[in-house]
Amino acid sequence: MGKTIAEKIFDAHHVDTPSGDIHVIKLDAVFCHEITTPVAINDLVSRGKDRVFDPGKIKAVIDHVTPAKDSKTAEQGKLIREWARRQNIKDFFDIGRNGVCHALFPEKGFVRPGYTIIMGDSHTCTHGAFGAFAAGVGTTDLEVGILKGVCAFHYPQTIKVTVTGELQKGVYAKDVVLSIIGTLGVNGATNKIIEFTGPVIDKMSMEERMTLCNMAIEAGGTSGVCYPDMVTVEYLWDFIKEDYSSKEEALKDFQKWQSDSDAVYTDELTHDVSSLKPLTTVGYKPDQLKTIDAMGKTKVDQVYIGSCTNGRIEDLRAAAQVLNGKKISADVRGVLSPATPQVYKQALKEGLIDIFMDAGFCVTNPTCGACLGMSNGVLASGEVCASTTNRNFNGRMGKGGMIHLMSPACAAATAITGYITSEDKIQ
Amino acid sequence: MKNFNGEILFLDRADINTDEIIPAKYLTEITKEALKPYLLEDLKLNSFDPEKDIEGKKAIITKENFGCGSSREHAPWALEMNDINVVIAVNFARIFKQNMFNNGMLAVELGEKTINDLFNTFQGKKTRLTTKFEESLFIFESGEQRMEVPFTISDFDRSLILAGGWVEYADLHY
Repeated sequence: MGKTIAEKIFDAHHVDTPSGDIHVIKLDAVFCHEITTPVAINDLVSRGKDRVFDPGKIKAVIDHVTPAKDSKTAEQGKLIREWARRQNIKDFFDIGRNGVCHALFPEKGFVRPGYTIIMGDSHTCTHGAFGAFAAGVGTTDLEVGILKGVCAFHYPQTIKVTVTGELQKGVYAKDVVLSIIGTLGVNGATNKIIEFTGPVIDKMSMEERMTLCNMAIEAGGTSGVCYPDMVTVEYLWDFIKEDYSSKEEALKDFQKWQSDSDAVYTDELTHDVSSLKPLTTVGYKPDQLKTIDAMGKTKVDQVYIGSCTNGRIEDLRAAAQVLNGKKISADVRGVLSPATPQVYKQALKEGLIDIFMDAGFCVTNPTCGACLGMSNGVLASGEVCASTTNRNFNGRMGKGGMIHLMSPACAAATAITGYITSEDKIQ
Repeated sequence: MKNFNGEILFLDRADINTDEIIPAKYLTEITKEALKPYLLEDLKLNSFDPEKDIEGKKAIITKENFGCGSSREHAPWALEMNDINVVIAVNFARIFKQNMFNNGMLAVELGEKTINDLFNTFQGKKTRLTTKFEESLFIFESGEQRMEVPFTISDFDRSLILAGGWVEYADLHY
């Protein structure tokens, strides 16, 4: 009987089977940010266990509220900053070099096929795009990961989603993953891995695959995962060229992380995207969807482009090509947060930031802030936001606010008209 | 072992997410104690008033997919700080459920039919839960009405409860 990629990764990292299908696995990386890590640090200190299993395998960033907005967030930053220094964690990203964790860490080459990764952040599933097992965990799991380099999970069960057909112009990875969440439901993949495969995925860039895997958690999934291929090799090449004599050799090595043709899945579905239209969410759950065109003239107060879902350079390009030479509606506040300094610099170089600013967007530093209503774009009660983020929960971007999730291109089109609009409506 | 007995809070809705259990704006707190006043502050549920309805409750009964969304362990901590150490639901989001057991708290799944029976029998009445952990038995009581419901949790989750949480367990074993 064959194995899925997730099963292969688990088997290669097995430490213990304490009972039933619980596997304790060895971790290749533990990612940390300033919101969920400080309580773990304080607890380790109070237990007299202020140490880390391997400082080279811990990567840390201040990203949720940066620059600090008040004394409390300043204290959180101070706690993780001093800890990183004390524990000799070299890969610590503070202001000026920091960005949204799930955009920054892949960009730095920290994610590799076959890796096991945890972070105290539910969107850690993003990194499955590289053929890794990457899962969001709570602070206690994070604490044990930091101390011991292990974490316990149920042995993986996988839902295979084969994405077929041809994406129409104006339809993006965001629409694909929203439509898959719509099919699975918000808990359709709970305790399961979602394996994204098929010709549409093969053609996707790493950034698009990250957008897909990022939202696996919105269907309850433990991790999303894509098979590593030449696209993965090309993305990582600068980081791995000393390790392999050629890209072909790297590909051959990476391809050990693929599901066998006779692997066993809990469910398999084929998802044809040929007739898929640009989508947005309605209500407070990400599986409640409508096509953008069915939204009528739903007015918005704010448009937010950024986040670990859609704040990368390809997202900014998609939005900028809609905004180019246009002004956003006088009734809309446009907020752009490039997800990392590298994305920001590249956007500057390509003239994208000029396009955003000329259109009337406010460009903020890289941060998670607005997505979870912490800073840099919090909604007032009764306000509506078209957002490229991942959660439309009640109160998520500010108490009493309504969020409509969508692709960067539709968010840009919406900013121009002031109501929810697909990009093909912009001349 | 924590206290798993006391009066029950009924939350009659599916997909209650961790933003509703504890909004992100309170994630800037670095002590668990500071979370106590904000539990379920943003919960969208008819006739639920966090100011009045949480006080004195020691357990929650709810529907599907409780604790979905963010991985924030602040959600179980906010419950714990209100002395609510047990949540009973049709099912849970994975990270939330793990966080509960990692803190030595109980997250127990009962079938949809049983949950509906409990809602039909006890919702709106002052109802007490008694947990016989060794026997894996819940006893629900309100006035003359009484229901005994056996439950199952995995051996691993049971050992986390007995150890006091995952840090204690991992420290012993790895």
